[in-house]
Amino acid sequence: MGYVAIKGGGRAIDGAADALELLRTRQGESAKPLDTDTIEKQLYFLHSRILSEGGLYHPQLASLAIKQSLGDTLEASFALRAYRSTKPRLLETPVHDTSNMRLIRRISASFKDIPGGQMLGPTTDYALRLLRMDLLNESPEQFQAIAKTLLAGLPQQSGADSFPKVLDSLRAEGLLPQVNQAAREQPFDITREPLIFPVPRSAALATMARGETGSLLAIAYSNMRGYGDVHPTVAELRVGYLPVMLPHPITGELTEVGEVLMTECEVVAMYQDDDNKSVPSFTLGYGACFGHNEVKAISMAILDRALQKGMQDGAENPSEDPEFVLLHVDGIDSMGFASHYKMPHYVTFQSDMDRLRTTQQKQEAGHE
Amino acid sequence: MSNGINFAFLDEYAKREIRRSVIKAICIPGYQVPYSSREMPMGRGFGTGGLQLTLALIGADDTLKVIDQGSDDSVNAVNLRKFIEMTCPGIATTTHLQEATLIQSRHRIPEQALRADQILVLQVPYPDALVIVEPSEDKRKIMHGEADYSRLLVKLYEDIVKFDEITISHRYPTRINGHYIIDPSPIPRYDVPRLNHSEALILFGAGREKKIYAVPPHCLAEPLAFDDVPFRIEDFTDSNGERRACKLCGSKTSFLDEFIDEQGARVYQCSDSDYCEQQQELAHG
Repeated sequence: MGYVAIKGGGRAIDGAADALELLRTRQGESAKPLDTDTIEKQLYFLHSRILSEGGLYHPQLASLAIKQSLGDTLEASFALRAYRSTKPRLLETPVHDTSNMRLIRRISASFKDIPGGQMLGPTTDYALRLLRMDLLNESPEQFQAIAKTLLAGLPQQSGADSFPKVLDSLRAEGLLPQVNQAAREQPFDITREPLIFPVPRSAALATMARGETGSLLAIAYSNMRGYGDVHPTVAELRVGYLPVMLPHPITGELTEVGEVLMTECEVVAMYQDDDNKSVPSFTLGYGACFGHNEVKAISMAILDRALQKGMQDGAENPSEDPEFVLLHVDGIDSMGFASHYKMPHYVTFQSDMDRLRTTQQKQEAGHE
Repeated sequence: MSNGINFAFLDEYAKREIRRSVIKAICIPGYQVPYSSREMPMGRGFGTGGLQLTLALIGADDTLKVIDQGSDDSVNAVNLRKFIEMTCPGIATTTHLQEATLIQSRHRIPEQALRADQILVLQVPYPDALVIVEPSEDKRKIMHGEADYSRLLVKLYEDIVKFDEITISHRYPTRINGHYIIDPSPIPRYDVPRLNHSEALILFGAGREKKIYAVPPHCLAEPLAFDDVPFRIEDFTDSNGERRACKLCGSKTSFLDEFIDEQGARVYQCSDSDYCEQQQELAHG
């Protein structure tokens, strides 16, 4: 048997890479490879998820990551995140005002009538989830004809595409506390500093912004179901393109360098403060991430509220415990560690057997 | 490497941060220094902490050895070595311990003694020995600061009451320089005494948990035990009370891997393949 169990690693790895490449190309010689533009446009939500969990706004490389990982969301985000490690941080953006977003969708569950109006935009919320059998054999001509018709029907000038925030009107009515500009902290950069608890809220928000969607949803859902009591109302959920402003290298004047697609969610929650005699008001939970990821933004907003409560009053539930939430929502960390159990553990298992046998022998000796 | 990736993959700021953390770790033996920990292009849990240490320390004149489970040729060791070779043009790699200046390892300290001009980097899944008694990192940090290890000692005591034996098999809690207790990474108990007064600097990197710690050369490293219940390494004696030998090189002192051969018999051989091969060469002159 020799070292067979552990030798030949190099050849095995090369073979595995070939096998995976075969899996990717097995549709055969007549097939066409996915092009990155198609991935970005037609696998829009998948692409959005990778942009957000990868923590790097690079639409083309996000498509590449999806392509090379065969659509595995954890692997694709991982590849994008690892690419990020090779790049230095050159600049910090100033705080951005999301009321400048060029919106494609914007809704409020708290008010029927909001300044600027509701805009349903592209959503599956009210779609019947019936399989569209007509898409099974959609021809390129049919596909292009649909695009042509819809594009032709678009108005030339769509009017205002940025709107005031719903929260501003709540603040104006005194239902929400005013933003304390003085207390605004320097944002915590989770890519340059480790989390040492207790962490500032900006560190929590940054961690969740690139957290794994399913992990955030699961913990937020536990809060919604009763392991917690946020009881949120979606004051505003908006999806759109936010202009990114950076200081001009010579003049220092803020200049638009591009825009990022993002989803932002603000939830308003009830809050009773027993000790404090100040005027009661609603409390706020905030979620935001790259791409169009509504469930993620809502989950994040609920968790933000839950964590703020936990930081103030002590955690009563897992979703209110910053360590529990923030150290377990990163998909790159959790999937890596789950996968590592597939690696050899011969040495530690040998130690385990040694302990078990010794304990067994002692117990048998004791029974005699 | 193509597509403009820096020598040793990480950007220079990242490497500098890691080296500063290493210096702090050496100054406070056994203290877990938090660092930002970049994502590496291999899985968290596959040695990304050790890898970041290696990449931050390696220079073109270094000779690197990478082992996993004691073997240079296991899949993960091969994978890490290939990646480091690809991103660090000019470095040399070796399987011979004596030739290496930098050794990255998972789950083993090499069988033969390390020298003062060598650095051993160990990959760490769980950096904190207290995690078995306290899940909250915040609370553990306070316990470490106060050197409050009473709950660990109680855990050992409970083991003795229940099983008449300390059941911790690997990752054995070890007190460094009389204060901090470390998780020495999943090395077997057999390897723990070799942390004590090592000639070489031993560094520990936990990538997912974002911690770096060190056992500096000539530093006290004591496995946790009681006066009347001493620390014990793995027992490789057979039913006749004889120390089992490696079936390849005949060594009766090395840490052994156990497996079942094709005839169904249980056989043993050295876990450290480099050591085993050197012993075989010595025997055959």
